Amino acid sequence: METTAWNGFTGGNWKKFIDVRDFIQKNYTPYEGDDSFLEGPTQNTKDLWAQVMDLTKKEREAGGVLDMDTKVVSTLTSHGAGYLDKNKETIVGFQTDAPFKRGMNVYGGLRMAMKACEDNGYSVDPEVVDFFSKHRKTHNEGVFDVYDEEIRKCRTNHIVTGLPDAYGRGRIIGDYRRVALYGTDRLIEDKLAQKESFGRVYTDDVIRGKEEIAEQIKALKELTKMASFYGFDISKPATNVQEAIQWTYFGYLGAVKEQNGAAMSLGRTATFLDIYAERDLAAGTFTEEQIQEFVDHFIMKLRCVKFSRTPEYNQIFAGDPVWVTESLGGMGVDGRTLVSKMSFRYLNTLNNLGTAPEPNLTVLWSTRLPLGWKQFCAKMSIKSSSIQYENDDMMRPLHGDDYGIACCVSSMVIGKEMQFFGARANLAKCLLYAINGGVDECTGVQVGPKYRPVVGDGPLDYDDVMAKFDDMMEWLAKVYVSALNIIHYMHDKYAYERIQMALHDRDVKRYFATGVAGLSIVADSLSAIKYAKVTPIRNEQGIVVSYNTEGDFPKYGNNDDRVDEIATDIVTTFMDKLRKQHVYRNGVPTQSILTITSNVTYGKNTGDTPCGRKHGAPFAPGANPLHKRDTHGAVASLASVAKIPFKDAQDGISNTFSIIPGALGKEDQVFVGDIDIDLSK
Amino acid sequence: MIGHIHSIETCGTVDGPGMRYVIFFKGCPMRCMYCHNPDTWDMAGGEEKTVDELLEQYESLKTFYTNGGITATGGEPLMQIDFLIELFEAAKKRNIHTCLDTSGIMFRRNNPEILAKYERLLKSTDLIMLDIKHIDPEEHKKLTKQPLDNILDFARYANEQGNLIRIRHVIVPDITYNPEYLKKLGYFMAELQNINQLEVLPYHTMGITKYEKLGIEYPLKGVKALSNKEAAEAQNIILEAMKERRNEIHAGK
Repeated sequence: METTAWNGFTGGNWKKFIDVRDFIQKNYTPYEGDDSFLEGPTQNTKDLWAQVMDLTKKEREAGGVLDMDTKVVSTLTSHGAGYLDKNKETIVGFQTDAPFKRGMNVYGGLRMAMKACEDNGYSVDPEVVDFFSKHRKTHNEGVFDVYDEEIRKCRTNHIVTGLPDAYGRGRIIGDYRRVALYGTDRLIEDKLAQKESFGRVYTDDVIRGKEEIAEQIKALKELTKMASFYGFDISKPATNVQEAIQWTYFGYLGAVKEQNGAAMSLGRTATFLDIYAERDLAAGTFTEEQIQEFVDHFIMKLRCVKFSRTPEYNQIFAGDPVWVTESLGGMGVDGRTLVSKMSFRYLNTLNNLGTAPEPNLTVLWSTRLPLGWKQFCAKMSIKSSSIQYENDDMMRPLHGDDYGIACCVSSMVIGKEMQFFGARANLAKCLLYAINGGVDECTGVQVGPKYRPVVGDGPLDYDDVMAKFDDMMEWLAKVYVSALNIIHYMHDKYAYERIQMALHDRDVKRYFATGVAGLSIVADSLSAIKYAKVTPIRNEQGIVVSYNTEGDFPKYGNNDDRVDEIATDIVTTFMDKLRKQHVYRNGVPTQSILTITSNVTYGKNTGDTPCGRKHGAPFAPGANPLHKRDTHGAVASLASVAKIPFKDAQDGISNTFSIIPGALGKEDQVFVGDIDIDLSK
Repeated sequence: MIGHIHSIETCGTVDGPGMRYVIFFKGCPMRCMYCHNPDTWDMAGGEEKTVDELLEQYESLKTFYTNGGITATGGEPLMQIDFLIELFEAAKKRNIHTCLDTSGIMFRRNNPEILAKYERLLKSTDLIMLDIKHIDPEEHKKLTKQPLDNILDFARYANEQGNLIRIRHVIVPDITYNPEYLKKLGYFMAELQNINQLEVLPYHTMGITKYEKLGIEYPLKGVKALSNKEAAEAQNIILEAMKERRNEIHAGK
């Protein structure tokens, strides 16, 4: 394939195959300068953003939702074009035919869709309810057809929580850049070839594979139609930076029209788009101000992505997050930085539009990043408090240099890897089950297996509790993975992410992402049992419901190996148990320690723990030490967290850390750079 | 040897260059009215630590301190000068940047035994942050209950020894926020060639809760925190005065 759209680009494999990384590597311009080239917002940008702010205000006044579609199920082509102000927008497209009107996604689960409407004062059209009750099964229905009693008990007693069995799993990033670079005709052609590449031995896998690719092809055709509503022909490659942004955004828009997923991330688009920007700047096609305007309008659109969700969902996720994560910067495997001028332009939207939680701008941090970029990141962090940082030096060896982050920490190679999102298991509760022989300490129900509980009223014995905990983790790993196998089978079957997967290779590596909650509670509890004296307190039924903890013990978060090693051992032990399980679709099991938002809920549902934490007290976020147990300052606390082996927690380790800017250094205006006395001034 | 340590801050970002391992020593003879660490005055209490214990913890965290090092502060670390010498000498053997945050109050030039210790300590000190509380002797006594002369003499001595010195000065409304005093400080700084940094610290009221906890009456009740703008003005006055005097010195006056 050769096209004038590619004039001026250096050729390579990317012309023969779908290979965006190769295109980037052959064509991008690393940028090592500072932020002085950046442009402010245009009047049109200011006007449009004022409109968005006004709609946001109206939405808040309306109780959180301005408008919902209750009749039309959202698909790629379900709605016509929607605009803020057609004459001013340089990048267009909304999920429905109007901004702030939420679409209706039913394939994940009918009940969830109905409840999301009802809780917001709307009701789903009876015809839709009728259709999805009688004629079309949903993911949620499929899952519950198969769940066994043990899994159900685990859910209701909260030892496994937040499972994506009634809502979209998300965490799949389409390579939306492909739409811009190749156009949908070429992508369809490639998919047709893939479909034929299976051979003629019709195993279950081959049948499913071919059916899925057929769905992907339909999705690409519908995406083309969707773009045509806005007057664009995306069947052909983008010819300039405005089109490249627009085509990329259309790819993403298709995804958020069809999927209401927990985390709908964007990928790693900036430096890809910068190649078009550099070409247009050199040719005089657009000015810097125009290009910044395109980026501002693109980011504005990403900030307007909205889903229909229930208050309970929002409670679990602390708000109404979309997790439009864009991964910025990082270093290439050849040593060149992947920071481009476009990376700066993305962060500059925080100046031009003001600060916002979405899109989740994530800087892939390396010690070798150019100084100008580091300084700009620091400046924008101080100004906006909205930039996330992740360790590129740790992830690059695993994924190479074209990976992105889904949600907050899940790393995957764009277009080549995806994830089956698996929420998390409550390890703190698992420890209590070990002590109580599988009986839930809050409900008194026999949830886990009736293993021998801790007997007698004497102090807990470390070796005894550890042996029991090991057995209980073995059980938990099995039941947890079983539930996830069912969930992902049904999600593939009834709520398949066809447009996102259309923007992937044929053979995708599937991470099977599990997660744990309560790591610091487990570590401190086991440390208390080992180094202090912990006596169980039983209720009338003989269930241990509280603990008398006497004496001091090493606490996780102080860089003390005695307890930090307990934490790291637990992570590795549980991961090894997960690896033993049968996993759906040859998934590669991974584990995360990243409860960022649901720690209050976990606390409410987990009884007293041997570390002295009381029933109802919130969990610490992710891999954080428990509140106020780290007494040696932030670095010691971070050092404890840093000991957790990434190889056994590859889906991410989070440490939530708030700090006032003043504590990170002196107040900027007065003191930055001014400590050195220079009397020549 | 054992050091009496009030606490450790592993994420020190405001006490010397870079990110630092900050050791707060127990004990201080000064009673500065605005002191925000009154819990370090008393030598009793705190934790007993050896040099090895401190440096081993530092080593386990050293990836965080690539542009930083160790800061000894307090309290008045020079009250435990023997321990401090051992700590800094051991730190230098490990190539760790050492920073001493002191009031200089313990310095005695006329005692040869003490002077020898200072000579030894300053050899392994990379940066001295000298807190001059007040440049006027009478006002200094009122503010800190201690005389000023030893402190200025320590500055001269450290300058003679060739140590880099950063002056830290807290700007307190009605007490040091006064052009007359600020100029006087600038004139003094101009005399010492190795003073090459100045850090003005606007007075804040965050120490008050500590006083309440300790049951001590807060001496500066009602004094408002200083704004950054005022702090910048104060800094400017000091630097202008310093420049003026340096020019005079240069002209041989």
